Amino acid sequence: MIQLSINGQSHDLDVPAEMPLLWAIRDVVGLTGTKFGCGQALCGACTVHLDGEPTRSCQTQVGDAAGKKITTIEGVSGDVAKAVQTAWQKLDVVQCGYCQSGQIMSAIGLLSGNKAPTDADIESAMDGNVCRCATYVRIRAAIHEAAKSLA
Amino acid sequence: MYSTLRLTAAAKPELPATLIPSSRRAFLKASGAIAGTLVIGFYLPFRSAAAADLKDPPAPNAFVKIAPDSTVTVIIKHLDMGQGVTTGLTTIVAEELDADWAQMRSEFAPADAKLYNNLFFGPVQGTGGSTAVANSWMQLRNAGAAAREMLVTAAAAAWNLPAGEITVKKGVISHASGKTGNFGDFAAKAATLPVPQQVTLKDPKTFTLIGQPHLPRIDSIDKTTGKAIYALDVRRPNMKTAVLLHPPRFGGVPGKVDDAAARKIPGVLDVVTVPQGVAVIAEHTWAALQGRDALKVTWDDSKAEMRSSAEMVEAYKAMAAKPGAVAVKKGDVDQALSGAAKTVEADFVFPYLAHAPMEPLNCIIEKQADGSVECWAGSQFQTVEQMTVAQVFGIKPEQVTIHTVWAGGSFGRRATPNADYLGEAAAIVKATGGKYPVHLVYSREDDIRGGRYRPMFYHKLRGGLDKDGNLVAWEQRLVGQSFMIGSPFEKVMVKDGVDATAVEGAADMPYAVPAIQVDWHHATSPITTLWWRSVGHTHTAQAVEVMMDDLAHEAGKDPVEFRLALLKDHPRHVGVLKLAAEKAGWSGDKMPTGRGRGVAVHESFNSYVAMIAEVTAKGGEVKVDRVVAAVDCGIAVNPDVIKAQVEGGIGYALGAALRDQITLTKGVVDQANFDTYEPLRLSDMPAIEVHIVESSEAPTGIGEPGVPPLAPAVSNAIFNATGKRLRSLPFDLQSLQGA
Repeated sequence: MIQLSINGQSHDLDVPAEMPLLWAIRDVVGLTGTKFGCGQALCGACTVHLDGEPTRSCQTQVGDAAGKKITTIEGVSGDVAKAVQTAWQKLDVVQCGYCQSGQIMSAIGLLSGNKAPTDADIESAMDGNVCRCATYVRIRAAIHEAAKSLA
Repeated sequence: MYSTLRLTAAAKPELPATLIPSSRRAFLKASGAIAGTLVIGFYLPFRSAAAADLKDPPAPNAFVKIAPDSTVTVIIKHLDMGQGVTTGLTTIVAEELDADWAQMRSEFAPADAKLYNNLFFGPVQGTGGSTAVANSWMQLRNAGAAAREMLVTAAAAAWNLPAGEITVKKGVISHASGKTGNFGDFAAKAATLPVPQQVTLKDPKTFTLIGQPHLPRIDSIDKTTGKAIYALDVRRPNMKTAVLLHPPRFGGVPGKVDDAAARKIPGVLDVVTVPQGVAVIAEHTWAALQGRDALKVTWDDSKAEMRSSAEMVEAYKAMAAKPGAVAVKKGDVDQALSGAAKTVEADFVFPYLAHAPMEPLNCIIEKQADGSVECWAGSQFQTVEQMTVAQVFGIKPEQVTIHTVWAGGSFGRRATPNADYLGEAAAIVKATGGKYPVHLVYSREDDIRGGRYRPMFYHKLRGGLDKDGNLVAWEQRLVGQSFMIGSPFEKVMVKDGVDATAVEGAADMPYAVPAIQVDWHHATSPITTLWWRSVGHTHTAQAVEVMMDDLAHEAGKDPVEFRLALLKDHPRHVGVLKLAAEKAGWSGDKMPTGRGRGVAVHESFNSYVAMIAEVTAKGGEVKVDRVVAAVDCGIAVNPDVIKAQVEGGIGYALGAALRDQITLTKGVVDQANFDTYEPLRLSDMPAIEVHIVESSEAPTGIGEPGVPPLAPAVSNAIFNATGKRLRSLPFDLQSLQGA
């Protein structure tokens, strides 16, 4: 049994320690907001927070996540999360929306440590998150918007 | 997505009579009230409908439901794969209903072509060719207007006042006497009334929601909180996950299968061989993936594609030495070229392209005890999928229920003429006896290596100018695969040996020229191909618009002025070209050293888009700094969604222009995931301005038209910056080193 703390709740999982956290969250725990995009940490769709740090869950083993505070899109809270989600809605960033859980998790991570990110900061924090709908113009604008609302 | 199953385009294919609705006029019928809910439906008779169908019409399809709590739900017959059609269609109903945007809801329609067909496709329910708003426009305006009239009639009766004195505004029904009510107050009564046969539609000048600069998208909240359900998120009782090992080469089939190691992986339940490959079924995705890795399969490649990309390009070039099937011919192009003062020759190679939607293909198929089958999918071609699944199980299409859910992108990939991945899932369910629902999940590698690509193409062009720099001759020869030949759409789409999807954007190129010939060779291969966001325009726009830039340069003319002079019969091309030039501050293409700007204009899906791209080219690197786009897609239902689609189209096209390609070595795809098939990333994205031409024309497509002009505008900008002409895609940026 491996014990995971996800969104403040404790889950006992009967899975091998090397199982990717992504599949444990989606297929075993049943939280589907975290998405599968590539399986190789190349697209960021599976981004969750591990002790507050944006982390690719498809390349994180369950065993390594045990004992850490795991947060998924369903469990985000606080001023930064609210600012990011509100900005995303205000600017209607989403198109297909599939990558946006991961985008938002990365953006919350960025703004949690950097209240006034520059364009270069945004590029470096967000370039790992692929959006095939190419909503990038609005992602950039929404991060600036969220930063403004947090200031 | 496919451009061509439309009735109004320039190079329009003609649908057989049996596919054309005998009347676009909707026959309004009221369904019974369901728990006080007003349901407005339409019944659309077809010329092809048997007399029996007309005597016993199907239940009316509900487009509008008004609940006692006054929420209005619009039934969406199309797939929303990100293009925003749920917002668009809901806006149209809300407008005619005079509803408040906050009371609007949406839900996806069930699969039933008799009720929810795409009016441009005939008796087929499906989404594509940027037709969703265009084909629904009058249908949903009528639905909204009918619902409004019924509510007003019900209110008039309740208040004992003349209906003509009652007004509706933002969801409130009122009378000058001071009486007011909400939709929910009258929904039950309205549902008992006959549906008006003729309704008065609003004067577009009085629209309040349509054309509003930014009406909030209906899906924004669910898609920013992880709540939106895609097929990958659907969970069914006792559902198992399957992954399929496809043949490594196109046309290959499974030979000997050794599944002993796979079956030992904890969680693996079964391994079955189906015509499409070898499937591993497991308790969860990870076990299925591990099981697949452990399979040992030999493949029969006797009918497989064994060539490498370079050999195929050479074969295409050899084919282009002779004329192909003629798509358009006017005047004597050889004579015109030999008499020209200057000629320009150019050729272009376009690679195979994967669509790579963010949500890998997946679907759930569940067999029921009564023999019927239920499917959950981001279903883009419901009618085809019903037929495919029914065929696998030997049941009737109407016994196949399809639950359409949000799709994580498509770009054409989900609309296959043979419902490929649903067919695979059905085969797996059949092979396992239907004992559990199966969720077939593609990995990214399956997606990138799985075919259904934008076909590889080769274009060879010759153009001629007279001594004054006027265009006098145009010859364009295309070589590429057809995905229509051999498909159910062949009869509609292929005329006189020419596949309309192969030559669209070339055969109907708009520039005035006295002598023109466009012809096409069909190259064949077991490699599967498909429409990819904007279809033939993905390559024809690049060839035509880069050639035009070459010709303008040779003629010593400004590229905008050169085009405008040849577009006298095409006012909407002129409109977007002038608007883009004005907004970009075009005053010739002189730019500081290392920077360049280029222009392109293209019509696709009955919409017109011009773009001016600005680039910085340094060494072998190109950064697209800014793109100014002008769009004419008729009445702009949701201007912000239109802008989003053009922004997205620019990004999608730019990724392909800068670096995407699928190549093969001895028949095996070289790319596998986002490291080798690298999508555009945020730092690559230019600043974008989208300007919309004001129009009173009916709305036309916008999901795809933002794609075609981007690559040629950038290519022309690179030429402007460096003097080097990059024709083929993706751009050979290395050739710019030292430029």
